[in-house]
Amino acid sequence: MIIGVLALQGAVREHVISLRALDVETRIVKRKSDLEGLSGLILPGGESTAMSLLAEDGFTERLKALADAGFPMFGTCAGMILLSEAVEGRPTGHIRAIDITVARNASGRQVDSFETLLDVEGIGSDVPAVFIRAPYIVTHGSGVRPMAVHNGSVVMARQDTILVASFHPELTDDRRIHEYFIEMVKETGT
Amino acid sequence: MEKKGTFRVKSGLAEMLKGGVIMDVTTAEQAKIAEAAGAVAVMALERVPADIRAHGGVARMADPAKVQEILVSVSIPVMAKARIGHFAEAQILESLGVDYIDESEVLTPADPDYHIDKWKFTVPFVCGARNLGEACRRLAEGAAMIRTKGEPGTGNVIEAVRHMRQMNEQIRTVLAAPDEELMTLAKAYGTPYQMLLAIREHGRLPVVNFAAGGIATPADAALMMQLGCDGIFVGSGIFKSGDPETRARAIVEATTHFNDAARVAAVSSGLGEAMSGMAIEEIPEHEMMQNRGT
Repeated sequence: MIIGVLALQGAVREHVISLRALDVETRIVKRKSDLEGLSGLILPGGESTAMSLLAEDGFTERLKALADAGFPMFGTCAGMILLSEAVEGRPTGHIRAIDITVARNASGRQVDSFETLLDVEGIGSDVPAVFIRAPYIVTHGSGVRPMAVHNGSVVMARQDTILVASFHPELTDDRRIHEYFIEMVKETGT
Repeated sequence: MEKKGTFRVKSGLAEMLKGGVIMDVTTAEQAKIAEAAGAVAVMALERVPADIRAHGGVARMADPAKVQEILVSVSIPVMAKARIGHFAEAQILESLGVDYIDESEVLTPADPDYHIDKWKFTVPFVCGARNLGEACRRLAEGAAMIRTKGEPGTGNVIEAVRHMRQMNEQIRTVLAAPDEELMTLAKAYGTPYQMLLAIREHGRLPVVNFAAGGIATPADAALMMQLGCDGIFVGSGIFKSGDPETRARAIVEATTHFNDAARVAAVSSGLGEAMSGMAIEEIPEHEMMQNRGT
């Protein structure tokens, strides 16, 4: 089982470290061809605008097709924005793999960035979560299961094989969320 | 309970910028061009380093109205420069809501001896460094991100290379040294001992380290990334060139695909004129920006 980490830009290293700490083989993904043979993919935090501009032609469509076919993906922060159906203030979403609308930078500017502890459904309580200029989920479809809420906003959710979080589990040593995603990948069994 | 301004939150934003390009801008219009080209952040300042170098005088923090204008014009993070030691400028920038402050040798230093106590701020700071000693002293003062100093406004990458190689060599030495040699290394480098312990724990500098100071071409960006930098600052290199839009985009591409020479070649083709640049030997010692704030 190999889990890829999208490496166009952003906090790639932290996800790789988290996966390796859980004995999972990883691969850096920059091009479509890097996706072959993967069992799952993490889309890290970073700047969603920059990442979307850097994706080669057809990359977004390829990820959309994979998502539709049940390929497990986990997006954190900017990665969540890339996976969402719609982005407030934008004409359209990017990969559109999960039926949510997100508001970018909903937690404010950097001086408002924070860390806290969350109760995450199906994972546990007191999960450390680092929010950095974080996007929030403002609306979601009926097929989407909210997993964590902070200040009234949904900040983690799952729809089938797509998992998203507003925050950065990879910036902490608590591996429960990565373990959860690895289990998702194993259940999909590709 | 929410905790703001923790070191993890401060250094975390820098982690998100990795593999990206941060561009100097002096107007909202330039900021939009930078964002559209794929910049991960912009640096708001009054004049780019090449103009500061050419015009002389005292270079200060940008006009708050200008910073404000840039803040509302883009959705990517906005950084701004404060003079070394000028904590009042930093307080002003923090109150404006900038996302990162660069306590920068590009501006005229305000304090001959001391840097800003960066722990007192909620907003994170990035600082320049020529070597491990400077980097560790800035980190001990509370910086959450480091960049090479290079020699700003020259379009000449040699000093950024020198600083990155120096930093890498010293980190290798720290990682390889037996325990009993650490204190003497700390003394030789002028680093706090605890910082060397942090480097050994992480196996690297404990924060993100970007390249800055003289990067003008996609090839420069690819060079610095291959030397182990986490990302790229481009100052004068973009908006002092013939075709800023295309060059900005090309440097972004080269920073992502720094290991793919064919790709870097493709984006480097037909870029028009790079900024003219200057040899380091032509700069009088007292005009070397990298010697400020050590």
